Formats: sequence, C-alpha cells, structure tokens
Amino acid sequence: MRLIWLLPLIPAAGAAVNGLAGVRWFGRAAAGAVACLAMLSAFAVALTASIALIRLPPEARAYDVTLGPWLPPIPLATAHGIGSFAAEWAFRLDPLATVMILVVTGIGLLIHVYATAYMMDEPRGGYARFFCYLNLFCAFMLLLVLASNFLVMFIGWEGVGLCSYLLIGYWYEKGSAATAGRKAFITNRIGDWGFLLGVFGVFHVFGTLDFHAVAQAVSSLPIEQSHFGELSIICLLLFIGATGKSAQIPLFVWLPDAMEGPTPVSALIHAATMVTAGVYMVGRNAVLFQHAPLVLAIIAIVGTLTALMAATIGLVQNDIKRVLAYSTVSQLGYMFLAAGVGAFAASTFHLLTHAFFKALLFLGSGAVIHAMAGEQDMQRMGGLRRFLPVTFVTMMIGALAIAGIPPLAGFFSKDEILLQAFSKNRALWALGSVTALMTAFYMFRLVALTFYGVYRGPSWPRHVPPAVGGPATLSIATAHGVRHPVDPDAHGLAHVPQHDLSHGPAHPVPIGPAAHAHEWHGPHEAPSAMTWPLMALAVGAIVCGFISIPPALGGTNALERFLEPSFGGTPAAATVEHARQPRADAEPATADQASNGREWALMLLAVTLAGAGVAAAWRLYVTRPEIPVRLAARWPGLHSLLWHKYFVDEFYGATLVRSTFASARGLWTFDARVVDGAVNGSGWMTRTVSWFSGIFDRVVVDGLVNFVGWSADEGSLVVRRGQTGLLQNYLLLIVLGVCVFLTVYLFAR
Amino acid sequence: MMPLGFTRLDFYYLLPELIVTAGAVALLGGDVLLARGRHRLLTWVGLAFLGAAAVALAFISGREGTVAQGMYSVDGFAVFFKLLFLVAAALTILMSHRYLDVEGARPGEYYFLVLCATLGMMVMAAGVDLVTLFIGLETMAVSFYILVGYIKPSRRSNEASIKYFLLGTFSLGLLLYGMSLLYGLTGSTELRTIATTLAGGRGGPLLALAVMLLVAGMGFKIAAVPFHAWAPDVYEGAPTPITAFISVGSKAASFAMLLRIFFEGLPAFRMDGLGTIFGQPLGWTYFFYVLSIVSMTLGNLAALTQNNLKRMLAYSSIAHAGYLLIGIVAATPRGVMAALVYLMVYTFMQLGAFAIVVLMRRQDVIGDELKDLSGLSVRQPAAAVAMLIFMLSLGGIPPTAGFMGKFSLFAAAIESGYVGLAIIGVLNSAISLYYYVRVVVYMWVRREEAAAPPVVMSRALALVLIVAVAGTLVLGVYPRALFDLAQASASTLGRADQALGLLR
Amino acid sequence: MHFTPITPYHYLLLSAALFSVGVIGVMVRRNIIILFMSIELMFNAVNINLVAFAALYRHEVGQAFAVFVIAVAAAEAAVGLGIILAFYRNKETLNIDEMNLMKG
Repeated sequence: MRLIWLLPLIPAAGAAVNGLAGVRWFGRAAAGAVACLAMLSAFAVALTASIALIRLPPEARAYDVTLGPWLPPIPLATAHGIGSFAAEWAFRLDPLATVMILVVTGIGLLIHVYATAYMMDEPRGGYARFFCYLNLFCAFMLLLVLASNFLVMFIGWEGVGLCSYLLIGYWYEKGSAATAGRKAFITNRIGDWGFLLGVFGVFHVFGTLDFHAVAQAVSSLPIEQSHFGELSIICLLLFIGATGKSAQIPLFVWLPDAMEGPTPVSALIHAATMVTAGVYMVGRNAVLFQHAPLVLAIIAIVGTLTALMAATIGLVQNDIKRVLAYSTVSQLGYMFLAAGVGAFAASTFHLLTHAFFKALLFLGSGAVIHAMAGEQDMQRMGGLRRFLPVTFVTMMIGALAIAGIPPLAGFFSKDEILLQAFSKNRALWALGSVTALMTAFYMFRLVALTFYGVYRGPSWPRHVPPAVGGPATLSIATAHGVRHPVDPDAHGLAHVPQHDLSHGPAHPVPIGPAAHAHEWHGPHEAPSAMTWPLMALAVGAIVCGFISIPPALGGTNALERFLEPSFGGTPAAATVEHARQPRADAEPATADQASNGREWALMLLAVTLAGAGVAAAWRLYVTRPEIPVRLAARWPGLHSLLWHKYFVDEFYGATLVRSTFASARGLWTFDARVVDGAVNGSGWMTRTVSWFSGIFDRVVVDGLVNFVGWSADEGSLVVRRGQTGLLQNYLLLIVLGVCVFLTVYLFAR
Repeated sequence: MMPLGFTRLDFYYLLPELIVTAGAVALLGGDVLLARGRHRLLTWVGLAFLGAAAVALAFISGREGTVAQGMYSVDGFAVFFKLLFLVAAALTILMSHRYLDVEGARPGEYYFLVLCATLGMMVMAAGVDLVTLFIGLETMAVSFYILVGYIKPSRRSNEASIKYFLLGTFSLGLLLYGMSLLYGLTGSTELRTIATTLAGGRGGPLLALAVMLLVAGMGFKIAAVPFHAWAPDVYEGAPTPITAFISVGSKAASFAMLLRIFFEGLPAFRMDGLGTIFGQPLGWTYFFYVLSIVSMTLGNLAALTQNNLKRMLAYSSIAHAGYLLIGIVAATPRGVMAALVYLMVYTFMQLGAFAIVVLMRRQDVIGDELKDLSGLSVRQPAAAVAMLIFMLSLGGIPPTAGFMGKFSLFAAAIESGYVGLAIIGVLNSAISLYYYVRVVVYMWVRREEAAAPPVVMSRALALVLIVAVAGTLVLGVYPRALFDLAQASASTLGRADQALGLLR
Repeated sequence: MHFTPITPYHYLLLSAALFSVGVIGVMVRRNIIILFMSIELMFNAVNINLVAFAALYRHEVGQAFAVFVIAVAAAEAAVGLGIILAFYRNKETLNIDEMNLMKG
C-alpha cells in the first residue's frame, strides 16, 4: 500500500517511453507491449494495495501517502479567520479509491490489450502515439482518484480533459473528429471553471483543501435544509464541474461526438475513466454534498432528466457507437440520480458494473466495426451472429446486463438505485423506471439490428478472383481497415491526395487493394487479442453484480458496507439506509419484512419493464422485418411459440406506453392488431420525442457551445483588425488611452 | 581619488553592474580583435561575464542600503531582479549562438548590445531616483532599438525596429513629462523624498495627470492594452532571441521600475488622494485595475486566432502583463511577492517557448508559423515535450510553475478583496488554454510537410531548453524556495513605506 | 506698459503647449523624420518643465535632469537616424504609411 503513489507514475512512464522513443523507433509490437506492460504492472500494484486495504479492519481502511510539499503554505483570509492555503503531493487509498483504481487499471488493461489489435492498421508512429495518449490518460485518471486534496485532483481533472481532446481528435484529418475534440475541450473547460470556483469556495469556507479535513469540518456545520447558503453554492459549482466531465445536462453534448475517436478510446472514456470522474468527485465529497440537500435535489433531477433524455435519443440512432454513447449519458444520469438521493454507494456500485458492461459493449461494437471494415451504420449490418459468434455472445451478455436482466451485474446496481429513488421520491423513481424500459429497448434494438435478421451489408468476393468485377469493386471500396469509420470521403478517391500529403509517402494509403495486406473477405471474427478482453469483460459483467447482493435476496450489500467509510456515516445517509437496511438494530422485524416485500415488488417490476423493453425491440426489429408482405396472413401466427413467449411482455409494454399515449382506442384486448398498433404508436411517440430532444440537443445546446466559440473567434478578429500595422494608429491608441483616463478623471467624478 | 560623494564601498556594491559593463566592453573589443573565424568564442566570453556578475551578486545579496548619494539602492528587491536579468541574458545569448549563424549576422556588437540592455535593466531595478530610472530605461531601450533591427537585410526586422523606436520614444516623452510634473510637485527626484513630501497633502489635478502619464509610459513598456500595439509587430519582426529577451527582460525590468515608482514614490495614493471617480476615491490602483482587465481579455482574444507563433506569444505576453498587474492592483506585500514569483516563472516558460521558435529557424525556413511546428513530436520528440510543458505552464496548468504563479496572483487579489478580478483572471486563463493547446495539437496531431528541412538541435539550444524545462517543472513541483526568496525580496521594497505605515 | 512677471505657471503653459504641438505633430505628419522631430519637441517641453521647476526650487536637480534628457535625446537621435536610414535603403521612402508589412 505504501507504493500507491507509483500507480499514476507507471502509466505515465509508459507514456513517456512511447511518446519520446516509441514514436520514432518502436515497432507496433514494442509500443503495444510497453503500454500493456505499464498497465499490467499498475494493475498488479492496484490489486496488491487493494488486498492489503481489505485486510484491514473496516474502520482503519484509509491509507495516506504524502510525497512531499507542493504549494508552500500561504496564509490567506477565509470566512473563518486566516487559513493556510497549502497543498501536498498527497494520495489517499480508501474504499472508494480502491474500487476506482481497480476499475481504471483493470478495465484499462483490457482496453489496452484490445487496442493493440484494433489499431493495427495505424502507421507505426501513430500507433506509438496512440498508446502514449492511452497510458497518459490512465495516469491522469489514477492521479485524480488517488488525490487526497482538491488541487492534486485538479491536475488529474485537467489532465484527462487534455488527453480526451488528443484522443478524440486522434484521427485529425477527419474534420468531424477535430471538431469533436474541440467541442469536448470547450465543454470541459466550462465545467472546469465551475470546479475551480468550487475549490476556491471550499478553501474560503473551510480554510483547507484536504478531502478528509473538509469532510470533518463540514460535519460540524448545520445542514442547509431550506436555504441556499455557502455550502450549497460550493456544491453547485462543484456539480457544474461534474456535469462537464460526466456529460450531464447541459454539458453532455461532447460525449456523443466523442465517438469520433477510435473505439478503444470511446471505451476508455465512457467506461473506465473520464466520465466517471464527475460521479467520483461527488462521491468523494459525499459529506459536503449531504449538507446541501437542495443541491442534492438538483443533482437528482438533472441526473434523472439526463437519463431520460439520452435514452429517448438513443432509441432512434442508427450509428452503433452513437447508441452506446447516449446510453452512457443515460447511465451516468442514473449514477447522479443515485448520488442525488444520497445513495452514494449505489452510485459507485453502478459505476463499477457500468464500467464492465459498457466497456464490453464498446469493445464489442469495435469488433463489429472491425468485422464490417469500418461500417458503423446498423442498418447495413444484420445477421452477424453467424460470423461473429464470440462477439455476439459477449455483446448479448453486455446488453442483458445493461438492460437489467437478473442475475447480471446491471440488474443489481440499477435495482439498488431505483429502490433508493423510490424511498426518496416517487416521481424520480417513475422516470427512472421508464428510462430502464427504454434502455432495454434500444439495447436490444442494437443487438437485433446487428446480429439478427438478414445480412444487409456490402457483399464480398467469396473466393472469386477480384478481376471479375461487381463484387470485386465493392471489395476495393471497402478495403479492410478501421480508419475513418464514418467519413464517406475516406473511401472516396477524392481523399487520396490529401492523405498522401499528410502521412508522407511511407504510410500506406488506406484505399485501394494494392495498399493493403489483405482485402476484406466479409465479416469475420476479430483476432484473439480483441476477443479475449471481450470474454474477460463478459465474465465481469456477469459476476460483478454479486459482490453487493441486496438483503432482500439474502445478500449483505457487501460493496456498500465496504464503501461506507468513504462517504462518512452522516445523517442524510443514515435516513436513506434506515428505510431499508435490516441490519440497523433498532429496526423492528415487521418493518424489515415490509421493506423486503416492497423491495421484491420493485425488483419484479423492474425486471418486467426490462423484459418488456427487450420484447418490444424484438418485435419491431427482428420479427417484423421477416413479414413484410404476408403481414395479414401471418397474424394467426401470433400463437406461434416465438410470439407466445413474449406475449405477456408485450402486453406490459403496450399498457405502459398506452397510459402515456392519450388515445382512447378502447380497452385493450388480446387483439393482435391493437397490441401491434400500440407498440407502433409507442415507437412513433418515442421517435417524436427523441426527435425533439435531438433538435434541442443540436439547436440549443450545440448552438450555445458554438456561439461561445463563434463569439470568441469574432472578438479575436475584431481585436486583430485593430492591429492595423500602421504606426500612427498605434500612437492614436496610446493617446486615446491617456485621453480616456483624463476624460473619466475630469467628468466622472 | 574618489569622485565626489562616492566611497570605495559603493564600487563593491556596484560590482555586478561593473562586471556587466566590462563584459560589454570586452565583447566589443573582441569583435574587433578576434579573427573572423573565432567569433563564436564571444558567446562564451559573454556567458563568463554574466556568470561572474552573478557571483558578485551573491556577495551583495542580503545587504540593504543605498549608494551614490541615495540614487541607487542595494536591496533584496534589486538582487532578485538582477538575478532574473542575468538568467534571461545568459539564456538569450545561448539561444543566439546558432541563430546568428543562420541569419549571417555579426555576434560581437550583438552580444555587446545584449549586455548593455542587461545593464540598463539592472539599473532600472535598482534605481530609487527618477533620473537613475530614466537612464536605466534608456540604456535598455536604445540597445533594444538597435537589436530589433539587427538583421539588416530583413524588411520585417527593419520595420519592427522603426516602429519600436518611434513608439518607444513617444512613450518616453509621456513618461518624462509625468516625471517632470512629479518633480515639480515635490522638488525632488528621489522616490523616498517624493513619498514623504506628498504623504501629508492630497495631490491636486497635476498629480493625477502625472500619474496618468506615468501609467501610460510604464504601460507601454510592459505592453498593457491600450499601450500594447507595438508588441505584436516588434515581436514578429525582431530576431527571435531578442524577442524572447524583450518579452522577458524588458517586461520584468519595466515591472521593477513600475513597482519602484508607485510603491516607493507614491505609496500614499494607492487607493485615494487623486480625486474621485464615480463618487469613489481614486488611486493609482484604479488605473492598473482597468489596464489589467483590458490587457488580459483583449490579449487572450487576439491570440485565439493567431497563426503566427511569435505574434501569438506576443498577444499572450500582453495577457500576461494583465495577469501581472493583478499583483500590482492588490498592492500588498503579497501582491508584490506574487508578481515577483510570476515574473521569475514567466522568464523560464516564455524563454523556453521562444527557444523552440529559434529551433525552428533553419536555412530557408523562418519557422515562426504554427504550421511549422507540425509533426515536431516525431522530428524532435524532446523539443515537443518541452514545448508542451511551456504551453501548459503558460496556460496555468498544475503541476507546472505557471500554475503556481497564477495561483499566487489570484490568491493575492482575493486576499485584497478583488474577487472579481480573480474570477476574470481565471476565466481568461481558461480561454488562453485554448490557443496554447492548439500549439500542442500542431506538434502532435499534424503531420509534417514532407519537404520541410530537418530540425537540428544544437548543444547550446539544448542547454537552454533543459534549463527552461527544469525551471518550469521544479518551480511548479517545489516552489517553496522561490516563494521564500520573492517574499524576502518583496519585503525590502516596501521598507521605506512600512516605516511610514502606509502599507500593510 | 505693465508687464506681469513670468511665473512657473507661464512656463508650465508654454511647456504644455509645446508638448501638445509635439503630440499632434507625431500623429498627423507622415514623414518619419518629421515624426522624430515632433518627438524631440515633446522632450523639449519636458526640459522646459524641469528647468522652470529647478528655478522655482532654487536648486540644480532639475537642470541636471534636463541635461540628462538632452544627452539621451542625442543618443536616441543617433540611433534613430541610423534606423531610419536603414529603412530608407530598404524602401526608398520615408512615408510612415508604407510601413505595414506586419499587422493583425
């Protein structure tokens, strides 16, 4: 445990080696090996440190390492006398940090391994550069989670922002990637501004920046139950920072665009690192936030709305990575919902499970894109389960997990959040449940469109010599490779000269059969360096839920109890826990049973909703395409086994959507027509809603971000136009400056 | 026999200046006497004299007092700045070593002028009399006028020189007029006498006018908006090492002079005494408050879309003048300390950034456009990493020194109650990061043009980069020593004022 | 006829007028040499100030200052004319508006 300060340094060293030497001299294998080795050793250190920590008695589970002074103490006036503004190079390992370092190093390692194969088509220097960024990203993230004061955390906070900018814009020749990187950067800076002001506020109020000291100081202060005092302002500012990093309303716009980066980057940003920073920061300051219930309410509402909004958008996306991106935003909303209702442990639990299944889904989608030679549009996939058995099975597991089907990981964590939300506010719970339904729907829509149905992608030469034409030309157009996945130009010849220029002649141009080692021979399973991480993550997505089984199912909530010391045993947490925890000694047995019963009911409902979502997706995207003309003829086939199996689920799905759909088309019968119509209607409605959300996203939020950029650019040009190059204009400026001073002095007394 | 009013001890205290002067003369002599092929030796001669001056400086550090009949002070404040100037001059000379070869310019007079400028700066930091300050300022400025135009065949260099010269002389006229009024109001040119004479009474409109003219004159030298307009043009046109020296040395020296004039000469008019403004008492901090905000904002805005690296750094240096003025506005010992810390930090990161521009100057390549940096991470990874560190530091990202500097400035502002100024400062550094990171993007993300000639690192330039990187990182990770030094130095500046009880 | 004595006030007015002439000259003229001469006018205004105040206070500090200003102005003139000459060789003109290679 004494070596935890090495954790950020190991990947940083890997980045340094790859960045300094690798870009020039390393081959692909060496660069990949250096990066993976760095992550592996980091993971080993993290694992040993975690085991050492778990061996300690629960109340002693915190370990501080101070490397040395950083900021010399500066006495500064604060709200309560003179504080000493000092910061040390200090790291703390406590249960919360333990979970985070395991996630970052463990999942990070798998993503690194995966990327060694995924990025094979990159030029040699670019390959090393990519791994340099990846390592650096992990290094900053580890710094962020291990920091024991705000300023060290801020270094990591800024660092991941910088790395995300570099990684998203990695395919810089692609205009959209460069724009996306910039967008991520600007949006993050807005959040960082809030975070920094929050940090100043923390110092102003408490006179210290150490997390532990702040938590202790704040526990003696009264809870700002009804007024918006200084604690609330601080928390709100910190939360603005969190919305930037964790992609919540209104700063979520960068995340879907972040898809422009290579897929392993998306997996890293979305699952293990960057976006969890905001959630983590809120959890890290749980005690502080619990003293600002109004802000907690804001967090819960923002989280819920984000979850709902992102889910509706996710329903209609056709780009496979975009669906996953909105799904991430939505799941992050869940985490904030949990934090907002005071269930920080549940929030962290969901963070953990989400890291597994979202990394799995992203890497799986990467394997699909790899198989389809860069195609990301799901409408041009289909039926891939025959070609990609491993990917199919693992992604299915991921989808089931995110949909919340027991006994996969997502079920436990999502259930926990919904339960906590239920005990706090029914409206939030209801919205959360609707979101869960949609989650199941769009995830299975994704699975269905990708893996089921008929193959709709381009054809390929089935061992026919390429000279025949027809299919062969197609194969040329879609030469194997994952560069420029969605950029239509990338496959057009018009793009060639630009490529040549920017890569230098040594780099193979990714167009044309001659430039490639092998042509695309149709969808094929990924190499083992990609499938192994998928399988490992799938196992994780299955089992990691079991570490915190709720008491209603006979478990002990092990993770939550493990995490509890990190969140401080404060009153707000106690009341939430109080309602449902059987081990609270004062709790009478009847109430215990009652809460257990309620928990069972909620669980059942949640599972039902998830099932309904799955079924609806199935109906719309798997079954229906098979009956285009013979629709009427096939209706009696309603009783076929397939239909029958999902009949009940559809029934629920239809009722639930119908209740929001204010059409009084009579009572619902088991008439297939009505059920069908309702399902279609719900589809239409959600499409409309998500269209509006999309419009909102594009026009208002994007508009705002673009406006900021635009006005900065315009302002810049105006200022620069003043720099005319003519000496006498400069003189005039000086004289005017003095004259303005004089005028103000003489006339504005 | 000693000149009137001088003692032998005075020469001991003036030893650093005398050594620099001797060095300048020696370089000029060497230029004439040395054979054509051995002129490269002059670089090391200049460095040796600067090193000797630094050693002499070490001997007089810790002493306090004035020499030459109270016109010249020997105190921690002066020592701090002289150290800064010597470091900056040494790095400039190292940078110039190969640059002059590429430009085909004679090194002898060039180094002579660099040392003269250094001498002028040292006088500016140590002078406590308007005349001394003026002489120091002009010694520096005239040297720079010539240095900026040193590349005679270059039209840009020529134009920059003439612009700098005319605008500089004009602003000197304003400054001198302000000084003459100050002298007229007090009957003395000694700053401490001016302070005591003015301490009792309130200044009339003439004093206000004098202060405005002084602000304009000094504002020009530190390149604060709206007196900044020379900076981008001169920075672009001047030989790059000289640009670096102007942006660091000249700015630091002007700040030293500004601090001397306003904190030693006019401490009583910090917050009021110059009249009223919108019903509020008017003091000189008000002017700097306005200049600070305008400089930060406009400097950063203009830099956003700049594609010429030298111009971008010029606008960035205008913005940095704005940040530095925050420390002046705070007008507390801590504010002064923060400004001193920032100036030292700024020396390393700014010189380092310009060293990269010098590196990019090759045969047939001017190398001052952003796109010239494309692919530097592949061609010279070490240089690219160094530039990354400088850019992050200029943007104020921890754990670099730039963060420490900005942090202490903003802290000083908050402590003095200028929370709004601190917030504007933080916002501005957020904006500024955009264009600093743009440089990084060019180095890492863009590919080099195939035809570009190779980038070769000379040993002297490597040394500059190592020193600058070390300074930027060490002062960021372990800033304590610098803070202590700056605090000790800043406390000697306010001594006379503290005796009068005018400063906290 | 009655003459009022010349007071420091009058010197101040003269110097202010001279200074203004200098400033305006710098701003409106186009010839670089004339610009430079206008700046010299500003210096002379400063010198009048300094000498007048020295007379008022009956000491020589101001005069010494003025001598320094004159000396420095001479040095500047030498350097400045050199620079202007170099400019003229490159451009064959002394018009200040021809000097706009760098802007933005």
